[in-house]
Amino acid sequence: MTRHFSIAALLAQAARGQKGWAPQWRTPAPKAEYDALIVGGGGHGLACAYYLARRYGLTNIAVIEKGLVGSGNVGRNTTIIRSNYLLPGNIPFYETSLKLWEGLEQDINYNAMISQRGVLNLFHSDGQRDAAVRRGNAMLLHGIDAQLLSREEVRARAPFLDFDTARFPIMGGLLQQRGGTVRHDAVAWGYARAADKLGVDILQHCELTGLRIENGAVIGAETSRGFIRARKIGLSVAGNSSRVAAMAGLRLPIESHVLTAFVSEGIKPLIDCVITFGAGHFYISQSDKGGLVFGASVDGYNSYAQRGNLPCMEETCEEAMALMPSIGRLRMLRSWGGVMDMTMDGSPIIDRTPVDGLYLNGGWCIGGFKATPAAGLCLAHLMAKDEPHPVATAYRLDRFATGQLLDETGGGTNMALH
Amino acid sequence: MEEFVYAGDATLSRPGSNAELSAWVDYVYFRDNPAGPHSELWYHAAACRQFLKVERDTRTHVISSAELA
Repeated sequence: MTRHFSIAALLAQAARGQKGWAPQWRTPAPKAEYDALIVGGGGHGLACAYYLARRYGLTNIAVIEKGLVGSGNVGRNTTIIRSNYLLPGNIPFYETSLKLWEGLEQDINYNAMISQRGVLNLFHSDGQRDAAVRRGNAMLLHGIDAQLLSREEVRARAPFLDFDTARFPIMGGLLQQRGGTVRHDAVAWGYARAADKLGVDILQHCELTGLRIENGAVIGAETSRGFIRARKIGLSVAGNSSRVAAMAGLRLPIESHVLTAFVSEGIKPLIDCVITFGAGHFYISQSDKGGLVFGASVDGYNSYAQRGNLPCMEETCEEAMALMPSIGRLRMLRSWGGVMDMTMDGSPIIDRTPVDGLYLNGGWCIGGFKATPAAGLCLAHLMAKDEPHPVATAYRLDRFATGQLLDETGGGTNMALH
Repeated sequence: MEEFVYAGDATLSRPGSNAELSAWVDYVYFRDNPAGPHSELWYHAAACRQFLKVERDTRTHVISSAELA
């Protein structure tokens, strides 16, 4: 059975009718006890398991997942990666994530189709241009690539945008060339396979039903497959963080909202980077299959339904038409909704909780996918060392009480503005 | 512009002026965020400008009741 992916393995399998591939991960029965347990087999949880085993030497660990790995938000996004942030608490974290993306495929021996095709944020007013310059300078000061494009430079790169009759004329753009897209499902599968190889048990169809706590410390998890003892439990269940935290008697500064993304029918190559529309909130790229992948904001009301409503679809299409009317005759192929943990300042939480041994990674709002490697690494660091990773020290749970908020957009507690 | 604008959790009650800081932190930032029946406020922005108190299931979007807030 072949376990390592390589060109030699591929050729050898080709000669044998591709019949010798092993399953990508085992299907073990839960053990009675683990050194650490991660709740949530999405991108973040699986990345955490991988880094715990690989970098922190904890291999007697398990990931529990109520369904199949990767069936939540890691498969329900627009696959964009970037590190074009402004605030000091955010920039080093997202750059750590982008650097991990850059080495990920070699690290986990998996083709995640990482494509650094560039992320171009358009601006349409003097104020937006100034904000883009400031953001670009903040990035450069942190050693991150950023490039200010004039209107003509944007036009040369993306001539199909509306430059002639637009209600909000394009003035230029801020480009991060190292940003791009990733094959999202492959991230979950790749991390699962790599973690499994290091001895991590991936327990699918194993739903958390309760947390057992004694003397203020967690001692294990009640699951649909029985009680599992563990003195360290990491929650990585974005979308459902409030529900799971309630099992430990905790209330979070989070509302769950649905974010919808869309894909069009496949067309020939048109958009060679990720483009965002600054006069609204809209982002679009083209998948390798040819479909245009795009999305806008959350629907704006509490929702645990993995589907959005028509007003959001209409708004998204209006923004698409305002940006590039040329796609007006394209047919929409599919849309899908993901449930987002929307925090009250638009930034995530990676922190200890008031319960000893219980750690929270959540509150990713609409930007969790790009953070996958670093969120996994930082949760792993926190669980292994009981102290925050140096690039995640701002993501504290108590910042809402201390006033150390991390509000990139200045949206406050209005979820639709993050 | 949508006819109805979401105005959030209807169960929150504004602390009194002498309340502890922690009561304000709870009021401003912390939410029950239930998966299921949710009591919430909607603002009828494009017409009568009244606030409505709506009971809606956050898993299905089904509205079971609506009354003036």
